[in-house]
Amino acid sequence: MSILAVAFAASAATAADPEKGKEIYGRCLACHALEYDRVGPRHCGLFGRRAGSVKGFAYSEAMRRSKIVWNEETLDRFLANPPKAVPGTAMTYAGVPDATERADLIAYLKQACK
Amino acid sequence: MSFLKIATPAQARRFFLARSGLVLSGAAVALLAGRDALAAKSGDKTSDTKILNTALAAELEAIAAYQVGAESGLLQKPVLDLAVTFQGHHKAHADVLAKTIQKLGGKAVAAKSKYTFPVEKLKSQADVLRFAAGLEQGAVSAYLGAVPLFGNRDLSKAAASILGDEAMHWAVLRQALGEAPVPSAFVS
Repeated sequence: MSILAVAFAASAATAADPEKGKEIYGRCLACHALEYDRVGPRHCGLFGRRAGSVKGFAYSEAMRRSKIVWNEETLDRFLANPPKAVPGTAMTYAGVPDATERADLIAYLKQACK
Repeated sequence: MSFLKIATPAQARRFFLARSGLVLSGAAVALLAGRDALAAKSGDKTSDTKILNTALAAELEAIAAYQVGAESGLLQKPVLDLAVTFQGHHKAHADVLAKTIQKLGGKAVAAKSKYTFPVEKLKSQADVLRFAAGLEQGAVSAYLGAVPLFGNRDLSKAAASILGDEAMHWAVLRQALGEAPVPSAFVS
C-alpha cells in the first residue's frame, strides 16, 4: 500500500462520524436490521463474529466458508465490493466505494448496539 | 401538500395515483418476464439468478411488512389505501422476479412463514410510515447496488425500472411524513 493510501485510510479512520454512518446505514435497510435477521443477518454482535455464524440464518456457502472474522479492516474490504470480496455471497450489492463513507458506516455499526 | 392534509379520500386517491403509478411499467414486465430471448441472452445466469433471488427475498419481506402496517389499525384512510397500493407494487415486483428466476433455470425463494418486524415500536401512523419509508429507501439502494452487477443488461434495465418505483414510494412516504419528498439530487 502506498504512503498516500495509508495516509488516506488513517485520515478516514480518524474522521469517522457515526452520525453520518447512521444515514448511510439507511442504504442497508432493504435487507438488514441491527437487532434481528432479515434477508441479511443482524448487525448487533458483528464485531469479532465469524462470518456466516449467526445461528439460524441461511448464509450462502461462500460466506460460510469465507473464514472472515468481522473487524474494521475486514468490514472495510467487504463493504467496498461484497461480490468481489466474497464471490458467491448472497449480498449482491455493488458496495460502498467511498472510503470515508465506509469508515462512517463502520463507526456507526460499532456503536449502534452498545 | 401532505397526504395527511388531504380533505377527502377521493382527492387523496387521485393524488396517490397521480404520483405513484399503479403498476410496474409494461416495459419492465416484458423485460423481466415476457421475453423468451432473455434466458438465452443472460451472460452469467447463476450470478443473475442470485441477484434476482436476493431482490425477491426483499420484495417478499416488503409485502409482509405492508401487511403488518395495513392490519395494525394505525393507518387511517387515505394512508391505508396508499399502503395497500404500494404493497400491490411489491407483489408485482415479486411476481416478475420469481418468473424471471424460473425462466433463467433457477429456483425462486419462497416467502418465509414468519418475518420479524419492530412492531413494538409502531405506535402511530407516523411510526408505520417512517418504518415503510426506511424499507423503501433501503430498496432503492439495494436495486442501485444490484444494477451494475447483472450480466444481462436487460435485467439491469428492468431492475432500474423497479428502483424508480421504489424511489417514488420513498418520496411519497416522506411527503406523507411532512419531510422533503426528494432530499437530494442523487440516491445512493
